[in-house]
Amino acid sequence: MRRIAPALLLLCLPLGGCQHWQSVLNARGPAASTLAHMFWIFVSVLATVWVLTMIALLLALRRRRPEDADPLATNPTTERRMTITISVAIGLTLLTVISLTGLSYAAQKVLFAHKDGALTLLVTGQQWWWKITYEDSQPNRVFTTANEIHIPVGEPVLIKLESSDVIHSFWVPSLTGKMDAITGRQNQIQIQADRPGIYRGQCAEYCGLQHAHMGLIVVAESKEDFERWREQQISSAIPPGDEERQRGMEIFMSKPCIMCHQIRGTDAGGKIAPDLTHVGSRRYIAAGTLETTRGNIAAWIVDPHGVKPGVNMPTIQLEPDEVQPLASYLEGLK
Amino acid sequence: MTRALTSHEFDAVPEVTRLATGERGGLPGVQSEADAPPSPDELRDDQVDGPELSARLAKTWGTEKGLIGALSTVDHKIIGRRYIITAIIFLFLGGLSAVAMRLQLAQPESKLISPDLYNQLFTMHGTTMMFLFGVPIGEAFAVYLVPLMVGARNIAFPRLNAFSYYVYLFGGIMIWVAFMLNIGPDTGWFSYVPLAGPEFSPGKRVDFWAQMITFTEVAGIAVAISVIVTVFKMRAPGMTLDRIPLFVWAELVNSFVIVFALPAVVTASAMLILDRLVGTHFFNPAEGGDALLYQHLFWFFGHPEVYIIFLPATGWVSAIVVTFARRQAFGYIALVLSLIATGFLSFGLWVHHMFTTGLPQLGASFFTASSMLIAIPNGIQIFCWIATLWDGRPVFRTPLLFVIGFFFIFVAGGLSGIMLASVPLDTQVHDTFFVVAHFHYVLIGGNVFPLLGAIYYWFPKFTGRMMSERLGKWHFWLAFIGFNVTFFPMHITGLMGMPRRVYTYLPEMGWGNLNLISTIGAVLFFASFVLFLYNIISSARRGPVAEPNPWNAGTLEWAAASPPLPQNFDRVPVVTNREPLWANRDSLPVVAGLSVENREQIVSTITHGRADLRESSPEPSIWPFLTAVATTITFVGSIFTPWAVVWGSIPLALALMGWFWPKTSTEDER
Repeated sequence: MRRIAPALLLLCLPLGGCQHWQSVLNARGPAASTLAHMFWIFVSVLATVWVLTMIALLLALRRRRPEDADPLATNPTTERRMTITISVAIGLTLLTVISLTGLSYAAQKVLFAHKDGALTLLVTGQQWWWKITYEDSQPNRVFTTANEIHIPVGEPVLIKLESSDVIHSFWVPSLTGKMDAITGRQNQIQIQADRPGIYRGQCAEYCGLQHAHMGLIVVAESKEDFERWREQQISSAIPPGDEERQRGMEIFMSKPCIMCHQIRGTDAGGKIAPDLTHVGSRRYIAAGTLETTRGNIAAWIVDPHGVKPGVNMPTIQLEPDEVQPLASYLEGLK
Repeated sequence: MTRALTSHEFDAVPEVTRLATGERGGLPGVQSEADAPPSPDELRDDQVDGPELSARLAKTWGTEKGLIGALSTVDHKIIGRRYIITAIIFLFLGGLSAVAMRLQLAQPESKLISPDLYNQLFTMHGTTMMFLFGVPIGEAFAVYLVPLMVGARNIAFPRLNAFSYYVYLFGGIMIWVAFMLNIGPDTGWFSYVPLAGPEFSPGKRVDFWAQMITFTEVAGIAVAISVIVTVFKMRAPGMTLDRIPLFVWAELVNSFVIVFALPAVVTASAMLILDRLVGTHFFNPAEGGDALLYQHLFWFFGHPEVYIIFLPATGWVSAIVVTFARRQAFGYIALVLSLIATGFLSFGLWVHHMFTTGLPQLGASFFTASSMLIAIPNGIQIFCWIATLWDGRPVFRTPLLFVIGFFFIFVAGGLSGIMLASVPLDTQVHDTFFVVAHFHYVLIGGNVFPLLGAIYYWFPKFTGRMMSERLGKWHFWLAFIGFNVTFFPMHITGLMGMPRRVYTYLPEMGWGNLNLISTIGAVLFFASFVLFLYNIISSARRGPVAEPNPWNAGTLEWAAASPPLPQNFDRVPVVTNREPLWANRDSLPVVAGLSVENREQIVSTITHGRADLRESSPEPSIWPFLTAVATTITFVGSIFTPWAVVWGSIPLALALMGWFWPKTSTEDER
């Protein structure tokens, strides 16, 4: 590292604004904390090595030989001293890398040790969103959602990672390091949050046109809140309460929306796009791109390619007076 | 300055064989071809002297005027100069694409560049910098300098060398023309499957990328072979293994790494083309293929690639440090062994690019150890250079400034690399801007800064004119500051969660200010290159005329004229020291007896550098160029139809027949 990194980082935090919900250094889980500690140990050791080397270089740049000295001449005493100095420096370098390797291996053992948890999720990366399935031994308690994971605080959660198209990488830096979702394979990763909060994640493996807009959030909450959320997610969609939403539902069911999207409890049964049963309860739409408001939903439906150029959702032909009821209906799917 | 070696002087250099004297020389009992009596009707270089000798040799080794002559040339200096200029043009193109990306990222949700164009831009940036600049620039310097530094009159296999240049040029032009036509690749310089496979990247974009790999790898391996043979068999008499200049050692090790690493990526890209073009399923998991296989093949090349870029730079650093410290290299043997160790170790690190793919943990941790271990040979090199400077008398000219910049930047990049070697830490920083910062510290620090120093250093040799020192110092400081302002903040951007290869980001992520700083730095850094270009052009036209040895350096290339004559040396020098021009300040011992009328070269023994044979060096020929054209037609055609391989083989076969047609000239009869 070029300078004393911690001081500099503190200096740069104001530059970076106030949000640190996707930061390696804002650790909010045991794994991320271990990694953050390890990071600072590495930075301090390596910064010291850098500073010492540069001091040696600067000292070496002072002139020594007389101007007309023979460049081939060597002084045996100097040669011996330099040999000894370099041997010591190499010995110390070796010691440093061996210690850091040991530290790394120890951390690896801790981080990747399997802990039993109550929850298992199947997360499938798709171009360009995350399909999230909460597994359960009772089939009627299995449910699917998208781009928003809820977990109870203090419990390890196992995530199985798969991909339905190209390679993606699941990364929520405040909780733990990343793991790839690879076509034709299943990887596993554990996450755990120590305190309630909303942590953002993002696909970290280049996956095509909209790789930049493939976010997700993890909501860590108390056990009670989590259970309440889970029960709500398991239930079917609530029928529309007013006339406008009723009309919105009819529009949804009469359009190609149902070819791809599912709304449990209705005729919409498509499986290739995000499940919309409780889309109104999610904080973001379009994989962490837009906040879930009626206006944003309308904007997204009218012109998905304006928000995420190249996204797989087609632009559906809608009459101007159809947009508002449709957005209203979707927003109401709490 | 030079003179023929008389009999009694041979005692001083007992390993040297007298050439063409008709007497036996060398080891007792060994009758070497070089000792054979000369043909009496052929003019030899001990029969003429001075300007007449120079002129006659220049005619024998020269290149014909005109277009055909220019395309037929086999002069390593002309090919090398074209190679260097072409690689630097690609450096500028790669730099321009980087500046475009930085402008897009300067603020969140910028609409300056569409995602499709952005993805092409970063693919072209990486591809250009790695394949069209990084690998060729090291080889380009080898083509120009290695024959001069080992005291040869031309590179080994000069026609293969010429062929390689044209193949490289055509491959580079092809990919950039494709980009201009909006069919540039958009899957990253690594083109991971399945994203780059037929299902998710229809169209021809990835095919152009994969074929570009084929072009540059054919070119790269051809040069590597030429360099290896030149270093092993064409060294000047007396240049034993421990008198080979460090630059030449670096290029030799580099060439071996190229020969062993590039076939892996050719395999990967060929399998990718087969998947795309003829429907094989090497990488299709649905049909029993494996997506991870591609990554293994790619990185088995991809990590040595980093050292292919870095190793020649160690040669530039060694040459500049020794010359400007006014002291011979400290720890020559250690430096050479470190180079070789780096070459070997570079093949044992590739998995650290794949720590997040879910590999078995124990296996991954071995690669942590091997990745950290490479710090040792690199450390030895750094310490030996510092020791050389310590005991020397540093002269602060522009080349040394860039080498000092190299130390500051490269060591920082090497140390952040130690973090990436650790499996757990890598899971956090992998594929983020932290990695982007790291490898730009390593690659720009480890290759571009030494390269800029090397250009200032060898420019007088290449052109016969000096570059401006005043502009050079401005260039250095602008580049050093611009570089750090661009890339240091990226460490923090990455830690704050910004992944690589994103065309934009949301304002609420809080990455805006850091990205703006990086963009300002990138503009400064680019400005430094504009200044550099101006310095090159104005110095080439009006710079002060350079002496043969303007820096008072010690290696053989400085014994040749600036720029060197076609024959390099009027008489082949005899090497008695690692720094021949420092050991023999007044006159360089030479051997005499080579033909003046034919392209005759000395072939020497591998270890002792004892003159062994007189061998004719190939004459200029248009066939390498025509073969390269035929190769290009075949490769580009095969992007569109597999049948191009069949039909393209006909012109290719004709061109090769022309190239290898048995010659009846006198040159091969002895």
